Amino acid sequence: MKNPYLPLPMRIEKITVETGDKSLKTFSLGFVREEDQRRFSFVPGQFAEVGIFGKGEAPFGIASSPMDTTRVEFTVYKVPGGTVTTALHEACVGYVVGMRGPYGNGFPLGAMQGCDILIIGGGFAFTTLRSLVNYMLHSDNRARFGRIQIIYGAREPGLLLYKEELAEWQQRNDLALTLTVDRCTPADGWTGCVGVVPKVLQEARPPAANTYTVVCGPPVMIRFTLPVLQELGFGPERILLSLEMKMKCGIGVCGRCNIGHKYVCKDGPVFSLAELSQLPSEY
Amino acid sequence: MIIRKAAVAKFLDGLLKEYAVYIPRRREGYSEYTPLDPGSGYFWQGLNTQKPPKELLFPHGETLYSYRLRSDGVELRTHFDEEKRVLFGIRPCDAKGFCYLDRVFTRQDYQDVYYQTRRNNTVLIGLACLAPTTTCFCTSLGGGPFDTEGLDLLWVDLGERYAVRVLAPKGEALIKGRPEFVPAGEADWQAVRELEGGALGKMAPVLDLSGLKKRLDENYSDSVWDRVFEKCIGCAACTYLCPTCHCFDLSYEVEGSQGLCVRTWDSCAFPLFTLHASGHNPRPTGKERFRQRVMHKFRYFVENWGVMSCVGCGRCIIHCPVNLDIRDVLRQIIAGVSA
Ligand SMILES: Cc1cc2nc3c(=O)[nH]c(=O)nc-3n(C[C@H](O)[C@H](O)[C@H](O)COP(=O)(O)OP(=O)(O)OC[C@H]3O[C@@H](n4cnc5c(N)ncnc54)[C@H](O)[C@@H]3O)c2cc1C
Ligand code: SF4
Ligand code: SF4
Ligand code: FES
Repeated sequence: MKNPYLPLPMRIEKITVETGDKSLKTFSLGFVREEDQRRFSFVPGQFAEVGIFGKGEAPFGIASSPMDTTRVEFTVYKVPGGTVTTALHEACVGYVVGMRGPYGNGFPLGAMQGCDILIIGGGFAFTTLRSLVNYMLHSDNRARFGRIQIIYGAREPGLLLYKEELAEWQQRNDLALTLTVDRCTPADGWTGCVGVVPKVLQEARPPAANTYTVVCGPPVMIRFTLPVLQELGFGPERILLSLEMKMKCGIGVCGRCNIGHKYVCKDGPVFSLAELSQLPSEY
Repeated sequence: MIIRKAAVAKFLDGLLKEYAVYIPRRREGYSEYTPLDPGSGYFWQGLNTQKPPKELLFPHGETLYSYRLRSDGVELRTHFDEEKRVLFGIRPCDAKGFCYLDRVFTRQDYQDVYYQTRRNNTVLIGLACLAPTTTCFCTSLGGGPFDTEGLDLLWVDLGERYAVRVLAPKGEALIKGRPEFVPAGEADWQAVRELEGGALGKMAPVLDLSGLKKRLDENYSDSVWDRVFEKCIGCAACTYLCPTCHCFDLSYEVEGSQGLCVRTWDSCAFPLFTLHASGHNPRPTGKERFRQRVMHKFRYFVENWGVMSCVGCGRCIIHCPVNLDIRDVLRQIIAGVSA
């Protein structure tokens, strides 16, 4: 019988400081045991419980692509006063952490195939979106998806994640990427859009036909983005959101992450807007 | 089968060679399941113990694994409690409670190895309730004082003897070939039926919960929630002592470079249960937390598992420090009383 509570030992192989204020770091974890690497697989949108032994565990969306089987990446925001996120930020390359998962449903790749994909991200919630984009862009998968359009915004240029990758994406001709910031100073040297994500979306007017939209970002962004999508004709069945709740077990047993009868850790974290509208608004 | 009361101590001493036997006992005003010592005899009271026997399968606190940090990584060790156990004298409602925990802890997708190991090694000997109390309402939830769900054997007190109903292979194996048991006659089963009728007659009238689920489907935003929780002080006694509540927390106990990952009971009655690291809390006040408790038991559990996760044991009624009676709450909800 597999023990769902036992973490896999993972070694921190690389740490990338993502933002100027150092509040976000990406941890690239390698498998300590080869057999774990062979067995581990996931779909974009799933998360894992990452733990510092002796401190605690916390759920983080998997930020790397499932096509990369050698490592698993997480981008972690250091929560002020947060036990696990602070301990992770203090860890060095070579340190061994625990990882349980993958958990949750992930994005419905089967249904999304053959459709155009619109990705709307804000702030540091871009982690699983990065996994999804890199998955779709992989040469084995690209042909299975239609047009890919990405609108990604942050408060200021320094807070955009994965800058090198974004630059690479911008060079590609099989994807349309719009980067935007709420504000910038001349010193930033910013050449992209300025304006909040919902406004940029409204101006871009992406076509709704045969399109799946994935929206991940801070609550305010989501609140103002959804009406724009509605106005543009996107149906609630094809608007996907990824939720966050306080979690412990990750497998629908410890009882704390439910919205109505759904457990976000097990039945989510990805829900369509149509599914969410059937649930109590307790999140 | 039939066993004379005078022969029970011998039967139990026999069991002790292979099993640890736990029986409900009262000590200094407090009652719980405690291990039986060989030769100690037994004092069996049909007890609605303060603490439910839940902790024998799902302990209040347990180690999931120990870890030791090493220069080249980490060493993890698991420990499973494989003690072979007999729970002797469990009430039908508490046994039914285990059936609900089974649904949660032994699912298709994830098996809780810790729970399941204990569950597989445990035999449940029930004792029929001859004297239900005023807080018992098992019959409102599909149970009854002679209910057999989840039990391996059900014993019925016939005065000088017990009638024993064999309900599952585990129970059969326990008494097979034991000289203390002799076949029961038709008169014995007739006596059992009469006792059952008598016990049912002592139960409070059945609460009609048939309309409850539908009400709960519709009343999430009702003003009834603004009132029913008001007395609640959020102590969580009702959930800790409930035989079907399964929420838990995971944390570490640390000693230098080694430590334990421990699982402890937790409760939806606590504000920290759902507090996000950002400071946001989807259940910020007692109202949302109390609603969650009721909704989980009587609506969400029904949606996920087809049954209400309450067995009507009455513990939450007896032990609530502010006398918040779940039956009153359910009545108010069904009546749809709005302020
Ligand atoms: C599915 C999912 C995916 C996620 N993905 C990511 C991701 O990719 N990247 C990311 O950075 N985050 C992600 N998160 C969020 C992340 O899980 C949290 O930031 C993390 O759990 C914080 O853990 P911590 O131990 O650092 O904070 P904690 O120590 O748990 O909490 C920190 C804060 O919580 C409050 N708090 C905690 N305990 C108490 C107390 N006893 N009393 C009062 N207040 C208290 C305080 O405000 C404190 O400052 C995700 C969450 C979910 C559910
Ligand atoms: S809710 Fe109350 S009456 Fe029902 S099983 Fe739990 S403790 Fe017993
Ligand atoms: S026992 Fe009573 S006061 Fe305590 S949490 Fe339960 S309902 Fe509230
Ligand atoms: S995190 Fe335990 S139930 Fe979802």
